[in-house]
Amino acid sequence: MTTTAPEAGALEAVFDAAVAADERIEPRDWMPDAYRAGLVRQIAQHAHSEIIGMQPEANWITRAPSLRRKAILMAKVQDEAGHGLYLYSAAETLGTSREEMLDKLHSGRQRYSSIFNYPTLTWADVGAIGWLVDGAAITNQVPLCRCSYGPYARAMIRVCKEESFHQRQGYELLLALSRGTEAQHAMAQDAVDRWWWPSLMMFGPPDDESAHSAQSMAWKIKRHSNDELRQRFVDICVPQARSLGLTLPDPDLRWNEERGHHDFGPIDWDEFHEVLRGNGPCNDQRLAQRRRAHKEGAWVREAAAAYAARHGEASA
Amino acid sequence: MTAALALGDDALVLSHRLGEWAGHAPVLEEEVALANIALDLLGQARVLLSLEGDEDELAYLREERAFRNVQLVEQPNGDFAHTIARQLYFSSYQELLYGQLASEGRSAFAPVAAKAVKEVAYHRDHAEHWTLRLGDGTPESNERMQRALDSLWRYTGELFEPVEALPVDWTALRDGWLTTVTDVVARATLTLPGGPQVGAWTAGAGRQGIHTEPFGRMLAEMQHLHRSHPGATW
Repeated sequence: MTTTAPEAGALEAVFDAAVAADERIEPRDWMPDAYRAGLVRQIAQHAHSEIIGMQPEANWITRAPSLRRKAILMAKVQDEAGHGLYLYSAAETLGTSREEMLDKLHSGRQRYSSIFNYPTLTWADVGAIGWLVDGAAITNQVPLCRCSYGPYARAMIRVCKEESFHQRQGYELLLALSRGTEAQHAMAQDAVDRWWWPSLMMFGPPDDESAHSAQSMAWKIKRHSNDELRQRFVDICVPQARSLGLTLPDPDLRWNEERGHHDFGPIDWDEFHEVLRGNGPCNDQRLAQRRRAHKEGAWVREAAAAYAARHGEASA
Repeated sequence: MTAALALGDDALVLSHRLGEWAGHAPVLEEEVALANIALDLLGQARVLLSLEGDEDELAYLREERAFRNVQLVEQPNGDFAHTIARQLYFSSYQELLYGQLASEGRSAFAPVAAKAVKEVAYHRDHAEHWTLRLGDGTPESNERMQRALDSLWRYTGELFEPVEALPVDWTALRDGWLTTVTDVVARATLTLPGGPQVGAWTAGAGRQGIHTEPFGRMLAEMQHLHRSHPGATW
């Protein structure tokens, strides 16, 4: 249905009032095109991150050093696939399709989190991802549970519960290594050294360079700025690192009494931008594996569709 | 050989193979399903191996010749049809086997089997549905599924070699298995290669610690980290 200009103005006023009153916007409600497009971009990117994010951890499933750890890791990677499914569903309520989003991921028109372009080189990386990467994700995502778009907010509530669990498991994995043999402790420290800065980059560019921030905050998609969340994360991690018996690789990291926060050293934004441009250590590898899985699975999806068409059941 | 080791190794090794699918499945729902099945099997393996000794020592410090799993479960994943055929053959077997063990009531396996049989029924259902979709899907999927059933067939005879001290009616198990599998395969517009080849040259080999070549490489990957840090806890 085409909406004439005066009607659109009235609808926009209803939308603005709902956002101002902290009400949830639902799929059938009118919303500005830019709100819809921005959410599709953000939720799709979020879903893609869950799917690509399976790879660095799945890399260690077949090498997990105990059956208990192997079970925990398998369950975690399975949860990530599930999170991807919730998020694709949430994005689909905005009028896109999973197929379309995957196509955009595969062709590089939609992104995923830069963090997953770093390699998992030792078993301890699995712990560092749980503690730091999931920790950063939770810090980012907890405020999204109050996001103005209902389906996204509800997906985030489910995702955050499971992520918190993973984060504690990652911490516990590192603790076991830290308190283990000398070689295990060194392995844990090395992993933290390599994942610390990339984790801080997960909060995105500094506030004065963040393209979408102002609009996202006005629409209550986002509740806090990148730098605010990054600071919150650093403040949480410092005492946790101390309990772990591990150090964070930042000589400038110290408590600032006046601010009531930790000061920390400068982030290498050149590296961040290179990774975003596709020049990180694993960008090519991650995308190639995703494309290959999709391409090699095409005959399976076609078979399921043909069977469903013939037997009148819902497609797989 | 003890029965706990035989059944535990079956579950451990198949779980490992399914774990290799993570991040490679044809559709996201299958990432979830295959990981779910792998986790169930790993859970079964842990309980069964613990009946025998320390689960990690048994999983990580035995060499190839000491593993007692059937050769079917160690077969590489191949394409999705190959994985599904392996699942169909094995889960149908496991469901009937655990069904018998759960109802016997007199074996140490009854509690394990009672829990596992519910999981395995789901695994069989999953394999059955995919066998139908692939067999009765497109010409390509039909051809791939048929090829998979054919190439794994030789490993099925071993499933019905009696395992010492297991209170199982092996003849009934084989007949029940053949009925189940034949029915699914027929409904999927496919054909089974022939009667069950008990006594064929591959039969019983895995249970005796004689494995196929890819298995050693699988163990090398599975065990290397654990073996690199003797005595460490994780």
